Amino acid sequence: MTRLRGIGLGLVGVLALAGVWDLYKSFGPADGVTVASTRVLPRTTDLAMPHTWQMLQRLTEPVTSARDAPSAFSAVLDASRFTLGIATRGWLIGVVVGLLLALLMSRFRLAEQSLLPWVVLSQTVPLIAIAPLVRRWGAALSVGGFEWTSATSVMVIAAYLAFFPVAVGALRGLKSPAATHLDLMSAYGVGWWRSLLTLRVPSSVPFLLPALRLSAASAVIGTVVAEVSISLRGGIGRQVVEFAQSAGGDPSKAWAPIFGAVGVGLVAAGFVGLIGLALKPFRLSGAPL
Amino acid sequence: MTDLLTRQAARDTRARLPITHAGVTTMVAPIVFGVVVLGLWQVVVVAFDIEPYVIPAPSDIWREVTANQANVLSAMGVTGRNALIGLLAGAVVGVAAAVLSSAVRVVDQMAVPVVAALSVVPIVALAPVLYTLFGAAVNTSRILVAAVSVLIPVYLNTLRGLRQVTAVHRDLMTAYAAGPLQVVRSVTLPTATPYVFTGLRIASSLAVISALIAEYFGGPIGGLGKSITSAAASSNYPLAYAYVVGAIVLGLAFYVVTLLVELSFSRHRSS
Amino acid sequence: MSTSVTPAVRDAVSAIQVTGVDRVFTSRKDQVVALDTVDLTVAAGEFVSLIGPSGCGKSTLLRLVADLDTPTAGDVQVFGKPARQARLDQDYGIAFQQAGLLPWRTVAGNIELPLKLHGVGSDERRARSAELLELVGLSEFAKSHPDQLSGGMQQRVAIARALAERPKLLLMDEPFGALDEITRERMQLELVNICAETGAAVLFVTHSIPEAVFLSDRVVVMSPRPGRIVDIVDAGSLGRSQERTDEDRDAEAFFHIVARVREHLHGVPASGTRAMKAR
Repeated sequence: MTRLRGIGLGLVGVLALAGVWDLYKSFGPADGVTVASTRVLPRTTDLAMPHTWQMLQRLTEPVTSARDAPSAFSAVLDASRFTLGIATRGWLIGVVVGLLLALLMSRFRLAEQSLLPWVVLSQTVPLIAIAPLVRRWGAALSVGGFEWTSATSVMVIAAYLAFFPVAVGALRGLKSPAATHLDLMSAYGVGWWRSLLTLRVPSSVPFLLPALRLSAASAVIGTVVAEVSISLRGGIGRQVVEFAQSAGGDPSKAWAPIFGAVGVGLVAAGFVGLIGLALKPFRLSGAPL
Repeated sequence: MTDLLTRQAARDTRARLPITHAGVTTMVAPIVFGVVVLGLWQVVVVAFDIEPYVIPAPSDIWREVTANQANVLSAMGVTGRNALIGLLAGAVVGVAAAVLSSAVRVVDQMAVPVVAALSVVPIVALAPVLYTLFGAAVNTSRILVAAVSVLIPVYLNTLRGLRQVTAVHRDLMTAYAAGPLQVVRSVTLPTATPYVFTGLRIASSLAVISALIAEYFGGPIGGLGKSITSAAASSNYPLAYAYVVGAIVLGLAFYVVTLLVELSFSRHRSS
Repeated sequence: MSTSVTPAVRDAVSAIQVTGVDRVFTSRKDQVVALDTVDLTVAAGEFVSLIGPSGCGKSTLLRLVADLDTPTAGDVQVFGKPARQARLDQDYGIAFQQAGLLPWRTVAGNIELPLKLHGVGSDERRARSAELLELVGLSEFAKSHPDQLSGGMQQRVAIARALAERPKLLLMDEPFGALDEITRERMQLELVNICAETGAAVLFVTHSIPEAVFLSDRVVVMSPRPGRIVDIVDAGSLGRSQERTDEDRDAEAFFHIVARVREHLHGVPASGTRAMKAR
């Protein structure tokens, strides 16, 4: 009952947002609202701002005027799958690296002391700025028999953004057991590995899950941004830019890949949510959101 | 046992600063590590004659930073302005929305899917359509991207803070027959303040990152992002990295300033 | 704020008058009868303790008097007016088991909080908080913050806060429950002195039999599920509550009363443990 009510109200919320958009589109001033020579509300001309139903309708129409062009929806779907694929691989690499780093830091105090400040610091600075700078790696590098492609560069950027939250979250989790539990383990005469598996890893779960969620979101953002700055075609990032550029007389088209981006983000979050469900028995102890 | 767990939970969920006890090793170890990494980087690049498009040597990057100081600073100014306006606008809207959501339950429930979507979606993907909506020649779209990115952590943290009011404080206010505004002023807002600052601290970094990467998606030149891409396009990689250094300094500046503001507000809040 | 109570009118208007009060908590599956037809009168200046096992409704009864909760049936009068009006008129001061101090305000700022909320000027507020800090012996901590105080000191600040508006009625919900035994006995003695000085009536919820007996004129013994008053034990043989000293803890009368309260508490285990379903 309350659940149904929640879903209903959520739906009302989304519709209300769409309603505000369409009302503004219909009745707002054509040149937007300007305060102190800065436009604070958008233009409402047909070229600048489509109605919400036009955005949705555009999804069902062919993506280009070419005769065998697929629908915009299937083009967006393909691009989303492509982006999701790269993001997933990048995320997995990032998670593995992050977990290993956290283990290293939890085992050796010196490692934690020298690495952690940098890891924390890295989260506060826009390291994603280097994305355009690995662009030529794709053309020029090959490591052994492994061909370094642009997709590899994008994946590395995604992995790079994904590993920070995992490293920090996992470390906090591994260090979270209460002193009494650790004392209990030493009283049992249990070694580091056994107490890692029986105590530290399970108690890190509540810390790890939000970190995984954050890192999945970061991987998606990293992939989309890197696709744009490395000019990798096929994914949602490049599509966002291309559709916006080619959509001079077709403003609804530019919105199509945005639905794709929303979808990719939701699927990634949903996937981490499933992991959370699987690990539910370990989520009982106190943990941050 | 249970008591211990709840106390632990209380401690863990409390808004906290990323500053722990400092010792000599805690100061020295990361500095040593940083110097070693920089040194290795320099040595490897020189020894193996690595091309600058793979990665330039730290010395070359530093040379470009000093040679193009004025350009880097002005690019930092452009991106920093967008980030700052976005941060302030997003923070104000975020706090206001959280106050509304905590007061009116229906609004809270209506906002759930929108907030959930915004928190997992690469908001910067909105940049191109924002350029169409607001015009590609102005910075409004970048400010908006920064503001929307800021909105979510500020909203979520503030909302959480507003819900931390303890039962005993609520009872006390009822016993004093305090009016709704009095309750907000004397209990609700002070309780939420540290959480608001936690949100702001996360948001300050996000604002810079978002303002910067929004530049990769188009718009006028002048900012750090555009400078990085154009330097990379003309294969001047050390210069591009010089702008990256500018971006790092800018991000740190935002973080440190919010941290200092937070610290000055957070004395005696630990009990 | 409230009417001045002279011995002559003392019995005319009682501090608390609870008549036929029921409180039923209804959840989705079941109903819990927290209070069942409770009648209680507390005279002005009288110290009455509520004692009983967990779930007997003693805290619920106190919350009804404070108008933090509303009875399902029956009537609660405070100084002859409905509980709600008494709350709006600020006729009582209240203290809980948790001190509930605002961590961001100084000790003095916490004591002045109710005065500030009710529009008392800053000079008068400062004078009053200085007076109260003196009373609870914490003058040198006026500018400290609660996190710098021990639990006992925090509780003393909470009591000073409850006294800020010179209420003629104090409602105290296990205020010493979280303190160690030594601090507790000292605080009890302090409370006796405060009552003697202010002449306030007190409704005091506690788990401790000696505490209830030492402090009270009358001890109300309650039983759980449904919450009922089993008996009211008169502690008058120990002398008036406002004149108790540490020697009274060793008095023979004290042990007699403790024994009687204990008898009543333990004499009703059968009905005490029976769960009461919805009628």
